[in-house]
Amino acid sequence: MKTRFTMLVAMLALASTTAGAQEKLKIGLITTLSGPAAVLGQQQRNGFELALKTMGNKLGGRDVELLVQDDELKPDVAVAKVKAFVERDKVDFVVGPIFSNILQAIMKPATDAGAFLISPNAGTSNFAGPECNPNFFVTSYQNDQIHEVLGKYAQDKAIKKVFLMAPNYQAGKDALAGFKHDYKGEIADEVYVPLNQLDYSAELARIAAAQSDAIFVFLPGGMGVNFVKQFRQAGLADKITFLSAFTVDESTLPAQKEAALGFFGGANWAPNLDNPQNKQFVAAYEQDYKAVPASYAFQAYDAAALINGALTATKGNSADKTALRAALMKADFKSLRGAFRFNTNHYPIQDFYLVKVAQRPDGKFETEIAQKVFANYADTHVQDCKMK
Amino acid sequence: MSTTLLIVQILNGLQLGVLLFLIAAGLTLVFGVMDFINLAHGVQYMLGAYFAVMFYGVTGNFFAALVLALGAALAFGLALEFVVFRHLYDRNHLDQVIATFGVILFLNEGVKVVWGASPLSLPIPEPLAGSVALMPGLSYPVWRLVIIGSGLATAVLLYGLIRFTRAGMLVRAGATDAAMVSALGVDIRRLFMIVFGFGTMLAGFAGVMIAPILSVEPGMGDTVLIVAFVVIVIGGIGSIRGAFLAAMLVGLVDTLGRSFAVDILRLFMAPSPARTVGPAIASMLIYLLMAVVLYIRPAGLFPARGR
Amino acid sequence: MAALDNAETVPRLGASSDTILPVLLFTGLALLPAAIGGETYLIDRFMRIMVFAIAAVGLDLIVGYGALISFGHAAFIGIGAYAAGILAAHGINEAVIALPVALAASTLFALLTGIVSLRTKGVYFIMITLAFGQMAFFTASSLAPYGGDDGLTIHMRDTVFGYPVLENARAFYYVALGCLLASYLLCRTLVASRFGRVFRGARENPARMASIGFDPYRFQLVAYMVSGALGGLAGFLLANATDFVSPAYMSWQRSGDLLIMVIFGGMGRLYGAIIGALVYLVAEDMLAQYTEHWRMLFGPLLVAVAVFAPGGLIGVAERLARSRRRD
Repeated sequence: MKTRFTMLVAMLALASTTAGAQEKLKIGLITTLSGPAAVLGQQQRNGFELALKTMGNKLGGRDVELLVQDDELKPDVAVAKVKAFVERDKVDFVVGPIFSNILQAIMKPATDAGAFLISPNAGTSNFAGPECNPNFFVTSYQNDQIHEVLGKYAQDKAIKKVFLMAPNYQAGKDALAGFKHDYKGEIADEVYVPLNQLDYSAELARIAAAQSDAIFVFLPGGMGVNFVKQFRQAGLADKITFLSAFTVDESTLPAQKEAALGFFGGANWAPNLDNPQNKQFVAAYEQDYKAVPASYAFQAYDAAALINGALTATKGNSADKTALRAALMKADFKSLRGAFRFNTNHYPIQDFYLVKVAQRPDGKFETEIAQKVFANYADTHVQDCKMK
Repeated sequence: MSTTLLIVQILNGLQLGVLLFLIAAGLTLVFGVMDFINLAHGVQYMLGAYFAVMFYGVTGNFFAALVLALGAALAFGLALEFVVFRHLYDRNHLDQVIATFGVILFLNEGVKVVWGASPLSLPIPEPLAGSVALMPGLSYPVWRLVIIGSGLATAVLLYGLIRFTRAGMLVRAGATDAAMVSALGVDIRRLFMIVFGFGTMLAGFAGVMIAPILSVEPGMGDTVLIVAFVVIVIGGIGSIRGAFLAAMLVGLVDTLGRSFAVDILRLFMAPSPARTVGPAIASMLIYLLMAVVLYIRPAGLFPARGR
Repeated sequence: MAALDNAETVPRLGASSDTILPVLLFTGLALLPAAIGGETYLIDRFMRIMVFAIAAVGLDLIVGYGALISFGHAAFIGIGAYAAGILAAHGINEAVIALPVALAASTLFALLTGIVSLRTKGVYFIMITLAFGQMAFFTASSLAPYGGDDGLTIHMRDTVFGYPVLENARAFYYVALGCLLASYLLCRTLVASRFGRVFRGARENPARMASIGFDPYRFQLVAYMVSGALGGLAGFLLANATDFVSPAYMSWQRSGDLLIMVIFGGMGRLYGAIIGALVYLVAEDMLAQYTEHWRMLFGPLLVAVAVFAPGGLIGVAERLARSRRRD
């Protein structure tokens, strides 16, 4: 028993010493690769890996060693893996995660050790405001902003009565608060469902009874798949305008299919966004991964491009953190979404669109730009951030 | 809160109850007759759904997919029984929990490898794809009524089998005292296999029926499993009658709780906290129910064994 | 058919193995930081393994000796963790205050749930402990001021009498080791004492115990509370180790993990639970590095352990030693 034990320890110690410090740029990707949300983590990983492939596996002229770990949607597991990234593997960048609660957990261990944390998805309000962090950069958006898109659209369209629904956790509450930021019409009802609820028969009856003109829902992942199908099956789609955030996107559309046709979402990008680098990205992604890319993929691609731009500016030097930070702040790269720059809190200032679900000629489903709702939109928490 | 809304919610509760019954029936039989805790019952439900999607992709016909999926679920269940479960009948519950937990891990990952991590779906069969107008503006899908109907039919069928056939008598005897039944000369191994196979098919059937409504994804059996255990514990292990009543009770409590918890709470507290406390309490309701039932009747409502 | 008699039927080498193995185990753990050298993240990892081991030892007390299979044990870890987290959120970062609160909270929860749960037996007990675990989980998820489902970051680890002992990885390691040793010795003393004999007797033959004049229910309840308290201790340490608390600490899958740790090592040995925690978590780590689909290897491993090695690793070792002795 003891010899087996010491062997284990020796093996682990050996593995760590051979890592060492050398010219390869080490990046640790922490994302959700198991459980029902695995498809999102896979998109994120695919997007990042596609970027590396497109750039010849070099960022800023340096060869890249990409380490990928699964956070299993468990905060303490994520903390352990990120600690391994920064202490054992000595990564310069931690990229990820998908989920907000994982981000909350890993912020401290990742940044305390001096690494830069680049989030290609989660963008919570506390890190945009009072707890902003100089080593933290976001290539997605601040979570509230997407919801604000739909709120503004509903307000501009003078929709009289809206029914709101979201899961009962912080992101869900932020979602409905974000919607109400711009929408000043009548709220028919505000319902919080238990997280991961799958059958909405009870809620659908309430929605029908409320007789609103539109609904706004934030139901990510499997929740969205189920709700959209059941909403359509209940015959409500013809009478009630469907507004949503993160509910109909390229990760859920393969399952939702026709049920989601004509439904609206909010986004900072869509696969049909018309610029050359995006066209190239979408084509390459579909060729390699046989699926339409979602925002998780493109934002991860941008994260790699961001790092590349910054390291090119510092001529490949990742040791001088101050210079690297300044270079990251400049955001000198061609984003797939077009114009991109950082605000003082390291969250992006970008355009936001209303998107609509459509079917492509080849049979696949995607979201398409319907109209621009916000131009160069900054998040509402930046004034609470002390960084200038 | 109108009466129509209440009626609709009761119907929804019955539908959930029926689904729970289909899953709980197999579970309680296996547990009652073989004293075997099968945590992997949830993945058998999941496999039913995945097989249905796969066979639908091949045949393009829901009913053909249903039959094939049931066959595949049965075959797979029997294979599992042969390879893993058979060795564990004589063991204590903890060993069974560990082994079936391992099966869950393996299969949840396995379906991801075979079918991918994205959620899949199945369309409702054409002739039954319509809806019935229950309320102004709300159509209740006919398919949900089909689920209720088939669940009730299965319940009647099971009841008939258990009560009026020889095999049913053996099952009831086995649930009461398996050792005695074996001592009386019945091939207990074969009885176990039949019970297990039947239970597997019931779970698979539930999976196929629910696939057009819910997304088919890895891990879809896990939450259902816990609720199914709650059902059989409330109903009393080994009792089909108990499983049916408990399933209906749990289905109604859960659905009505989710629908009206917030409204009820709003009578006592401000709307904002009520909105967030409500769902939390609603999630806990079925567990509270189970705790209360067990406090009054520590062996459930209709325990098969004379405890 | 369902009696938990494995602990007695698995052959033992004799009283010496019950003394030698734990001594070797603790010595090994004490020397581990020196063997690892400067890799603080590894020390951190093993320290967290020991934290889970504390909870596993507490669980083995009631599972191995009392045949009380608690499927909601992660709730105690969660309660201890949230006690530390909530106090930290209000500015109280002193272990001398936080630890007793954590222990008190988890013991109280054990008392209240034990009163109800211990009225049931067998699988009903399993299910009702699961139910209480789920209730704790949902309650924590709804605690909006403390992060709810997102969890709560702890910005400063608890100080011990004002000294930031826990900020140093090595020091924290030895604190955890000390707690583990104390927990082990506590349980071992309990089991060997008169209390333990009555408790074990209550498993074998409750009617007999009652006829001699002991109320088995009371002894089980006390043992359940001790077990819960140890879970709370583990939770307190875990919150400080991860600088984070989340409802995920209380999920039923975590309770399942704890049961697996207990059985991996060998039920009813107490130090078996420690070995089980070590093997389970290290195996999980190593397999996860090897392949993304490690669960497809880990699942069958669990099945194999359940089918072929009911006495856990210690049982396997003893069988090997026994067969070698025969040659």
